[in-house]
Amino acid sequence: MRQTDTIAEVKGAVKSFAAPEGGKVRALDGISLEILHGQFVTLLGPSGCGKTTLLRTISGFEELDAGEVRIAGVKMTNVPPHRRPVNTVFQNYALFPHLSVDDNVGYGLDVSGVARNERDRRVNEALDRVGLSGFGLRKPDQLSGGQRQRVALARAIINRPKLLLLDEPLSALDRNLRQTMQLELKSLQNDLGICFLFVTHDQEEALTMSDLVVILNKGQIEQTGTPEELYHQPATPFVAEFVGDGSLFTGRIENTSDRPVLKTNDGLCLPLGRDARVGETATLLLRPEHLRLAPDQNDESLGILEATLEQSVFHGAIRNYICRLSNGALLTVALDASDTAYKRITTGDQLRLAYPRNLPYLIKQSGNGT
Amino acid sequence: MALNSRTRSLLLLLSPASIFLGIFFLGPLIIMVIFSFLEPGLYGGVEWNFYHWNYGRILGWADGEWEEFDPVYAAIFLRSVRIAFINVIVTLLICYPTALWVNGLPSRWRTLVVFIITLPFFVSLVVRLFCWVLILRPSGFMNSILLGLGIISEPIDIIFTETAVLIGMAYVLLPFMFLPIYASVEKLDHSLVEASSDLGGGPIQTFFRITLPLTLPGVAAGAILVFIPSLGNFIVPDLLGGAKVLMIGNLVEQQFLSARNWPFGSALSVTIMLVMLTLIILYLRRLKRMEINQ
Repeated sequence: MRQTDTIAEVKGAVKSFAAPEGGKVRALDGISLEILHGQFVTLLGPSGCGKTTLLRTISGFEELDAGEVRIAGVKMTNVPPHRRPVNTVFQNYALFPHLSVDDNVGYGLDVSGVARNERDRRVNEALDRVGLSGFGLRKPDQLSGGQRQRVALARAIINRPKLLLLDEPLSALDRNLRQTMQLELKSLQNDLGICFLFVTHDQEEALTMSDLVVILNKGQIEQTGTPEELYHQPATPFVAEFVGDGSLFTGRIENTSDRPVLKTNDGLCLPLGRDARVGETATLLLRPEHLRLAPDQNDESLGILEATLEQSVFHGAIRNYICRLSNGALLTVALDASDTAYKRITTGDQLRLAYPRNLPYLIKQSGNGT
Repeated sequence: MALNSRTRSLLLLLSPASIFLGIFFLGPLIIMVIFSFLEPGLYGGVEWNFYHWNYGRILGWADGEWEEFDPVYAAIFLRSVRIAFINVIVTLLICYPTALWVNGLPSRWRTLVVFIITLPFFVSLVVRLFCWVLILRPSGFMNSILLGLGIISEPIDIIFTETAVLIGMAYVLLPFMFLPIYASVEKLDHSLVEASSDLGGGPIQTFFRITLPLTLPGVAAGAILVFIPSLGNFIVPDLLGGAKVLMIGNLVEQQFLSARNWPFGSALSVTIMLVMLTLIILYLRRLKRMEINQ
């Protein structure tokens, strides 16, 4: 199969649910998506954005109101879940409590009547792959959270699906285990060459593992792109806010002493690069790593902000300084924690912060969400 | 002292419940066991002499003078067990699909349906069974409807047969099967059903591999809750079975109220109890083994 083959395709997906307070809620509002062979795609969004619904329409547990799902070119409308060439790793793992690990993993083969020795061979292979050889006779309640996660994974890959759907599978694990599993998932996906469609609300998870991230909000796609694109070129304020840390400033671009600045409604003045188009409404995103303490000598390439240090938080390699600007907004500055030059800074200090004028992200304001 | 204050206060706190149960639950049971070994009084009551012929009449030894072994008791007992067993099967076949159906309803309907199923409890059992007499008798509703529709030409004589007893019994004990099954069906994690379906299991495979094994505890509880009252029931066979379908419960009732042979009635009750206990212990053991084997 060539790299460019489309494995799964969603076209114009619309799905509404009856809201408890009456009326309808559009969980999916015209979503189109294409997953290519061997890709690790992540659906990222806040809870209620429709990402789980999208996953469930692909696995077949929900039918679309409009639009269609195609897997390997075949239209999936009215195809029940057990006839779709996709498998799911469920959020709570959904391991069968009455079956051993062996029988859980082998379930997909048992229901399709695969011969005994072929089945045993593939079960062992799958358990081996997730590092659980020798655990076959245990029951799910005799396993740790991470082990259950691996069983769920082994169970889902044993049918060799065209597409593996993962519904927030790491959310129940503790931080260390989650990071280990992130790397393992990624390498498992490389080994198997199966497409992964991964749902999460954790942007760090999305950035770590994905080839492609789809950001959903209110049933619509905000932006599709590689993790780098989303981080460095967010298409909308929502994406800028959702991916990575940073503060957003919205205002009009004006000229002050022949240099463009962003004037916010509450009186902040943020210098911009030369190519900023005067007269437009724009949003500036300042990420913690963009900001430094301003040097003593004047530097034309830097934008300067005055702020008061409210709090500093130690994060290992870096220390986050949370500063309050004159308009009351908070701004986080990440500085090298090992640099002794910053040791003098204490809470309440007036700081002069600098960011590269031409580097910050400028997002042309145009409607909401498109 | 070895008995620390915690244990002592615990015992003290438990004592009201223990005394209550001791007097009102264990007490009658002990009296029954004692009576079953005493000689029947001439006009009811007991004579305080040890007397084992009560059991002899049931189990097969007799003095050949006053008390005689009669195999009819064993036959009645076997019939009771058979009726109780069939009743378990019938109620199970009705209740399991119903429980699945109710569980699939929207939540506000679910509560309503469960309420409706338990509604008959609010009406006296005797009244409800008389309604069944009205329905089942030759000139009753069932026959007039079937005759009116031309489905049958002669009234079906169903009242005072074992079938009528089975219908009544199933009706009376339906909720005892339904509620435990419904509780376990409702508790079943729906994502397990979805997982099975996701892995390629069709609806039938999903039912037999996932749903049924995981709701088996409810089935087991329902089976016991239906079997025991079925076996001991005497009102249903009395009203719907007439004199023809005598069950063990009727026999006990007769001994106490008509024949005034308390010791023999007690001996019958103790025998039923022991047989039932044995059956249930065997059943639970088997169930446990099934669960382990899964």
